[in-house]
Amino acid sequence: MEEVPHDCPGADSAQAGRGASCQGCPNQRLCASGAGATPDPAIEEIKEKMKTVKHKILVLSGKGGVGKSTFSAHLAHGLAEDENTQIALLDIDICGPSIPKIMGLEGEQYVEDNLGVMSVGFLLSSPDDAVIWRGPKKNGMIKQFLRDVDWGEVDYLIVDTPPGTSDEHLSVVQYLATARIDGAVLITTPQEVSLQDVRKEINFCRKVKLPIIGVVENMSGFICPKCKKESQIFPPTTGGAELMCQDLEVPLLGRVPLDPLIGKNCDKGQSFFTDAPDSPATLAYRSIIQRIQEFCDLRQSKEENLINS
Amino acid sequence: MGIWRRLLLFGGVSLRAGGGATAPLGGSRAMVCRRQLSGAESETLKQRRTQIMSRGLPKQKPIEGVKQVLVVASGKGGVGKSTTAVNLALALAANDSSKAVGLLDVDVYGPSIPKMMNLKGNPELSQSNLMKPLLNYGIACMSMGFLVEENEPVVWRGLMVMSAIEKLLRQVDWGQLDYLVVDMPPGTGDVQLSVSQNIPITGAVIVSTPQDVALMDAHKGAEMFRKVHVPVLGLVQNMSVFQCPKCKHKTHIFGADGARKLAQTLGLEVLGQSLLEDCCGSGKKIAITFRMIPQVSWKFAWY
Repeated sequence: MEEVPHDCPGADSAQAGRGASCQGCPNQRLCASGAGATPDPAIEEIKEKMKTVKHKILVLSGKGGVGKSTFSAHLAHGLAEDENTQIALLDIDICGPSIPKIMGLEGEQYVEDNLGVMSVGFLLSSPDDAVIWRGPKKNGMIKQFLRDVDWGEVDYLIVDTPPGTSDEHLSVVQYLATARIDGAVLITTPQEVSLQDVRKEINFCRKVKLPIIGVVENMSGFICPKCKKESQIFPPTTGGAELMCQDLEVPLLGRVPLDPLIGKNCDKGQSFFTDAPDSPATLAYRSIIQRIQEFCDLRQSKEENLINS
Repeated sequence: MGIWRRLLLFGGVSLRAGGGATAPLGGSRAMVCRRQLSGAESETLKQRRTQIMSRGLPKQKPIEGVKQVLVVASGKGGVGKSTTAVNLALALAANDSSKAVGLLDVDVYGPSIPKMMNLKGNPELSQSNLMKPLLNYGIACMSMGFLVEENEPVVWRGLMVMSAIEKLLRQVDWGQLDYLVVDMPPGTGDVQLSVSQNIPITGAVIVSTPQDVALMDAHKGAEMFRKVHVPVLGLVQNMSVFQCPKCKHKTHIFGADGARKLAQTLGLEVLGQSLLEDCCGSGKKIAITFRMIPQVSWKFAWY
């Protein structure tokens, strides 16, 4: 793998095998013959597999540590409260898989009868094992997750992604391109440092034509349990997510305040909703989950109308 | 693995010495051993194999003019790596004004250093065609954020990122630096590997918040550095506790004391802790508010 030249244009580009940087590369002849440009057969296989999955939601953020995994897990918990819906949660963060911990799973894949989880964390011999992989190997893993996992009849597939706009994101969008993703939920904190990265993520979604369900502002204010004063720990110095959403014409799904119980429950692997059903954070989560469901249902009925007309 | 696996196998090494032969057969490679190898021959084969496999790894070459490289990393995102890196650089400079300090941001996808150091603009080129780092608060800074538009995403696969990292490491006119603080992105992937394999690193500081979920990833980060033989200097626990400005009540929003337990498990020190305060993100100089810094910079001054 290290033999590939640094300025490699990519196996599927027009310059494959023909560029100046391709001289001396062991794969030059293969690329020049156009073998790299043929579409990956896995995409068709994944499309077949995904036929039994009704709705697919990606949880993205340009920034790390804003609460993507926490949100994905609670979205899954919230949707799974309806026993008649089948939920699947897929964690494609290969380097830092948090979902097994947050869902309280040690090697098992089912939290409740109607909520299934898949993550690279289940495949490691120890939770402390580091997965130090370069991009292509990660892509292979993601392909296996999508193609070789028996998802069965699923109403909602929630995909938790790592931070950034890298291999994992490109791969999941490419592999699911023909299988139709309902949309992406973007998570941010009110800080400008975070919003900067989320703006990039919004542009990424637009570039790859991924519909955006909306933005969730996490860690939005903290209420002191003693005196009830609200403090802005991550201050929205540039207007927070609300202004960004107005500027970029993206819906703001809601704001979730900081609650120490969220972190505690994630560490214990329990649902925050059962521990603190009356917390303002719970109410915020529930309203956001409802809006996501409405978006998905609307999209589905629009498509059915198109097919029937 | 699709395309990449096929390419790897077609373009793979063929071992002709020692009696084995490889024949690519429509996507898979078959090893055909013609005869049993004797002890001496299998030893030669092993050596040759190691030689060929290590040939592909880049040689570690120090950056010209830079004496020591300190890396601030964490497996987890959003724990305060950039914040810690900025403060570390500022503290190193404040500790000893005769030392020249540089700050390199290798987070290609989400570069936060330009915002935190209040810097904007494209770097100029020096006479030898190297990029000149931008200066603020006495620190020379370089980041991907100076090379791309603010809202433009960098949607690159690993290989192109490697190439960009190479440029950020080698094609910057750092001058003579005593310390170069490198702010890593989250994860344990391409960027971390590229940096560790390309330049000798004095030491790594792992940042985490007290939450288990963050500590798990910080543990992975520390493991990764062990595997690539980079010494880990210690842990920094960020966002330890929040004190209400009105009633002074302390709340441990992200849990308490987790880093100490992890440090014990790994045989490392907790270099310091920091509090959650209304700071960072507005480009103001903030080293003064972080109580941990004198401890940390003393540690590095020792090197």
